[in-house]
Amino acid sequence: MKVSLTVNGDRHELDVPENTLLVEIIRERLGLTGTHIGCDTSQCGACTVHMNGRTVKSCSLLAGQIDGAEITTIEGIGTPEDLHPMQAAFRECHALQCGFCTPGMIMRAIELVEQTPELDNKAVREGLEGNICRCTGYHNIVEAVLHAARVPQSARAE
Amino acid sequence: MYRFNYHKPSSIEEAVSLFNSSDDGFYLSGGQTLIPTLKLGLASPVDIIDLSNIEALHGISVDSGLVSIGAFTRHAEVAEHPEIRRVLPVLSHLAGRIGDGQVRNLGTMGGSVANSDPAADYPAAVIGLGATIHTGKRTISGDDYFKDLFETALEPGEIITRIDYPIPDRAAYRKFPNPASRYAVVGVLVADFAGAIRVGVTGAGPCAFRATGIEAVLNQNLDPDALKVVDLPDAGFNSDLHASAEYRAHLVKVMAERAVTDILAL
Repeated sequence: MKVSLTVNGDRHELDVPENTLLVEIIRERLGLTGTHIGCDTSQCGACTVHMNGRTVKSCSLLAGQIDGAEITTIEGIGTPEDLHPMQAAFRECHALQCGFCTPGMIMRAIELVEQTPELDNKAVREGLEGNICRCTGYHNIVEAVLHAARVPQSARAE
Repeated sequence: MYRFNYHKPSSIEEAVSLFNSSDDGFYLSGGQTLIPTLKLGLASPVDIIDLSNIEALHGISVDSGLVSIGAFTRHAEVAEHPEIRRVLPVLSHLAGRIGDGQVRNLGTMGGSVANSDPAADYPAAVIGLGATIHTGKRTISGDDYFKDLFETALEPGEIITRIDYPIPDRAAYRKFPNPASRYAVVGVLVADFAGAIRVGVTGAGPCAFRATGIEAVLNQNLDPDALKVVDLPDAGFNSDLHASAEYRAHLVKVMAERAVTDILAL
């Protein structure tokens, strides 16, 4: 089937089998391997990306469901020279150990900061319920999200 | 994953026609249950019929005494909708605690109610608020809708178009979530309609139900302590690795007590 979607600002017209998942399009067709497949059963959140500005688990969406959508992956939010404030906060707070869950954590955390005016420890932990870190390094992840929430959005040069 | 045909109809008539002409069709709403089910091989329909493009399943309206929500409305929309939060905060509260944030961004109310998972949250609201379920061809009282484990009053191919929720004077929902899945081990919604109490329970039995024994006690005395003397039989309750039937019966009382405490504090 034919689907068209925008990923990190680039438009793609693809012909894919009906049973293709969004995460397969991102990783295998477009080569954007920053989005990870962890559990593949929609529990772990490692495959979290933004679809039309909201976080989704890309392992649980069929190609037909994302036709016309705007997708942003971890590759689309910052560069090594110009990290997104959330990426900078994860580095600053040492919020990753093995790093496998990190792309999904960061994508979810960005939405959380955008949507929640008053974030506290409890709200961050509840907000990250759909993202699992098996290094169990949650303490520093929560610190990083709270740290990023305190950084004014204007601090990042566009 | 196995191969299937994918359809995206733009009307209910077209969707039903696709369903009827398929040997093994299945409707897809938000997909947060169905797609993992397909990937695990627990279901393998030949035709997947995506309902997202059907205008009649979208939209939210708030009138005097009634909140009407299109079946394709995602959980996050109900959780965040300013008008629903104002007139029916219990429903926003409930929707905001389904699964996790990513699941709430995709999962839909109609999908949840049509699937009737015994541990889903929305069924407690359908029962507890006395909702009316509209399908393409008829209306079904919430009290008559849930039949058994994953069994509802829906006929093959019938599609929920919207659900109307009456607005109570006050209401509260409490659930004991499974710490891993966030599904309700038990969830209880207590609503006060001008002194008439309704209690909807999910998670405890094969499907959501009204706890009439608890309602009778609360109609006499809307006080959490009044429930301490209620003897709630656990016959027919679910028993699995998450909780025994006896423990679920205990949780129904505890969640009801907490919901009543919440109501009295409103």
